[in-house]
Amino acid sequence: MINGKRVLIILPAWNEAASIAEVIAEIRGELPGVDVLVVDDGSADTTTPVALAAGAVVATLPYNLGVGGAMRTGYRYARDHDYDVAVQIDADGQHDPRYVPKLIDALSDANLVIGSRFAGEGGYRVRGPRQWAMVMLSLVLSRLAHTKLTDTTSGFKAVDRRLIAMFARWYPAEYLGDTIEALVRVARSGYQVRQVPVAMRSRMAGTPSASPVKATLYLFRAFLVLILALVRA
Amino acid sequence: MKLTIVTGLTGIAVLAFVLELLRRRKLQEKYAVLWLLVAVVIVPLAFFPRLLDTAAEQLGIASGVSLVLFLAIVFLLLVCMHLSWEVSRLEEEGRTLAEETALIRTEIRRILPNVDHGEDTP
Repeated sequence: MINGKRVLIILPAWNEAASIAEVIAEIRGELPGVDVLVVDDGSADTTTPVALAAGAVVATLPYNLGVGGAMRTGYRYARDHDYDVAVQIDADGQHDPRYVPKLIDALSDANLVIGSRFAGEGGYRVRGPRQWAMVMLSLVLSRLAHTKLTDTTSGFKAVDRRLIAMFARWYPAEYLGDTIEALVRVARSGYQVRQVPVAMRSRMAGTPSASPVKATLYLFRAFLVLILALVRA
Repeated sequence: MKLTIVTGLTGIAVLAFVLELLRRRKLQEKYAVLWLLVAVVIVPLAFFPRLLDTAAEQLGIASGVSLVLFLAIVFLLLVCMHLSWEVSRLEEEGRTLAEETALIRTEIRRILPNVDHGEDTP
């Protein structure tokens, strides 16, 4: 319980056996009153047994669905077990669980709260095509949501009961759909979106992709997903 | 006359093949209707190839062959689009099933915590 609310932390994890135990231990240490659900997204490694041993509840998907599929599984669990708040945190350890109470506080006047890496705290920066993509997304989505959103593809977010119910029924599984398309739909349906500045840590395991070709491809895909989301309504 | 025999036999073979697939329940009705229609159009044309030239002339197309190619391409394009649509639907259904099995497994783990669920052999 945080502020009298039942909180579920959802960790979508794909081959994160190297870092997941530490992430779960940190969450349980910093936030004693919350429940942790790991959604193992078809990992080939020992993510599920490691997460179970670390004391988390684990939902193991039979094959890889992508973040969107893993998260809808998590939201279904949250809905079926009657949680008030669901918080998505990356399983690679880049998100600091000490920000979770801030995100939940911000839910008092919002349905979706995004932990933003570019809103002041920490020194996270991106450049090149990846930055252009983020600028484009933040311009369009800020307009749609009537609030300043600087980090629309952040995987650190908290949602309230109403959005748990919506996301349990509908949550895109396509690439970038879980961030861009979900945000477009949420804003258009009249839900309130807020952002809270958070500092990011370098990943505990795994490597971030930085090649310029991949960054350019990312820009085009982000643009396509955004256009599709806008016309799909 | 020889031409009519070749095309006629082909038309009948196509029709027979569709009917046989349907009879063995290898084709669902919604797809069978489509291919039956194709067979029903092909068979008369196979026996009376001249019908095609008359039809082409009516539409302002120079030869019957061009008309057949045009219709075939449009038809195949539509079939491909239909299959993409079906695959999208199947993927969505498969995704929902995968999510349901994951959640059911989670509940089983909760109810029977001491049973080996095969987690150590991914």
